[in-house]
Amino acid sequence: MIDTKVDLPGLQLKNPVMPASGCFGFGREFAQFYDLSHLGAIMIKAATATKRFGNATPRVAETASGMLNAIGLQNPGVDAIIGEELAFLEPYQTPIVANVAGSTMEDYQEVAAKLGNSTVSALELNISCPNVKEGGVQFGVDPELAYTVTKLVKEASAKPVYVKLSPNVADIVTMAKAAEEAGADGLSMINTLTGMRIDPSTRKPIIANQTGGLSGPAIKPVAIRMIHQVYQAVDLPIIGMGGIETTDDIIEYLLAGASAVAVGSANFKNPYICKELIDQLPDALSAHQFSSVKEVIGGAHYQTTST
Amino acid sequence: MQREWMTIVAHQSIASQTYLLELQGSLPQFVETPGQFVHIQVSDDFFLRRPVSIADVDSDKGTVTLLYKVMGKGTDALTRKKIGDKLDVLGPSGTGFPIDKLTTNKALLIGGGIGVPPLYYLAKNLKSKGMEVTSILGFRSSEDVFFTEKFQALGDVHVATNDGSMGTRGFVTDVIPQVDGYDTYFSCGPTVMLKGVKEQLKGVPGYISIEERMGCGVGACFACVVECADEEDAKGYRKICSDGPVFRPEEVVL
Repeated sequence: MIDTKVDLPGLQLKNPVMPASGCFGFGREFAQFYDLSHLGAIMIKAATATKRFGNATPRVAETASGMLNAIGLQNPGVDAIIGEELAFLEPYQTPIVANVAGSTMEDYQEVAAKLGNSTVSALELNISCPNVKEGGVQFGVDPELAYTVTKLVKEASAKPVYVKLSPNVADIVTMAKAAEEAGADGLSMINTLTGMRIDPSTRKPIIANQTGGLSGPAIKPVAIRMIHQVYQAVDLPIIGMGGIETTDDIIEYLLAGASAVAVGSANFKNPYICKELIDQLPDALSAHQFSSVKEVIGGAHYQTTST
Repeated sequence: MQREWMTIVAHQSIASQTYLLELQGSLPQFVETPGQFVHIQVSDDFFLRRPVSIADVDSDKGTVTLLYKVMGKGTDALTRKKIGDKLDVLGPSGTGFPIDKLTTNKALLIGGGIGVPPLYYLAKNLKSKGMEVTSILGFRSSEDVFFTEKFQALGDVHVATNDGSMGTRGFVTDVIPQVDGYDTYFSCGPTVMLKGVKEQLKGVPGYISIEERMGCGVGACFACVVECADEEDAKGYRKICSDGPVFRPEEVVL
């Protein structure tokens, strides 16, 4: 029997697989495909203090091995999320990680405080959305701002906080350390890489926002490298994400140092992906001679002894 | 909505860069309304699915007919799929034309380019309910024209081409003044055409089907949203893939 359980701050996971924020809405649409209680946890779409419409369309463009998106944090606002969406998810008895976003420090505090009094298990601090004009990624590329916003969110809520790091930085370790010093309980990495596509026939960027966040298998090697670096430098558990489509991808993330993983844009291609990966994971672990998920975590950092 | 590996039972070119694809499986029996679409995974080489509207359903054969235009690498790769091949299809998706709620007697259908196909299944449904159907079909040029005979079997047809190589020279909006007596209109085509139609037919009850680049196609990713015209609307937006693609023209901002 393969043990797939993982215990993280605020999150007792029956398996290490959860849908990533922004790629699963608030679960409603995917509940028609399978029972959401199979999921290790659910990272719900970002919440802001008031409702946001987001960016103009087109908001997505396909790329080689991935896609660009610039949704712009469209959401009904934190109050509606707590009142309607969390109520919908509650019967599934699956830990919920709420993504906290904002334009100002006050926004982050307000959203964190409200979610702090809700049924969510943990917060994911979104300081890395590349698609909003104010806030978002600016907090995620400056270690001092990242430190301050993390500290404020920690003060505003008693829930464990996972800081979602942006890969759009020169030194990811500095950002991870800033989050750790500010009291973060974990890290979530990575968010999307800023990119652009131009349509030769219109001579204009395809995405109305011009730039978008690159996700999908194209960014997986970047995420693996960053997690491998950060795992050695900080003492926080990491939820890894970026281009996961197979159980071997999950094992790769765990070996790099992630304790759990989130599946993002692959949900668009195959709405059953999370459930399928969860079902296949025990056999995949056994095929690589592992008997538990815990045993895999950080495995790439240990000296392997030949037998 | 379900995901199914559907078998290609027909696949042929029917106009310039335009193909007819007939897929067999259990999905067709779940189609509720004309205007719904399927979301096709062309192959593992492509990260996003392609939304294609349903042009016809044959429940006896268990098939859906799809018409698509080659727009890029994905649809180009789709042209190389052969009869007997299987395609990963998600659907039926979206909310189509509400045919059961209509009190229409005489319908005006206005289609532009690759927006014409869903109107064919709509026309068949309207006709079978005893409604009269007049169609205005717009294309770029005569080589892009398809399905006009099929529409003619269901009612009057007017064709417009941008270059005048067939029918009226110009746009569908140039033909609208030539027809009368309709009580409801139904339109699908590029947004710029829908804007013109909406403006011209202000005051006439209608339904429009909107096209947009989609992500998930199931309503979760918020890629294909459209703003609500009513500023007091509680949500302020509609999702094209799930609330639509069919809307009342006064409901949304084009």
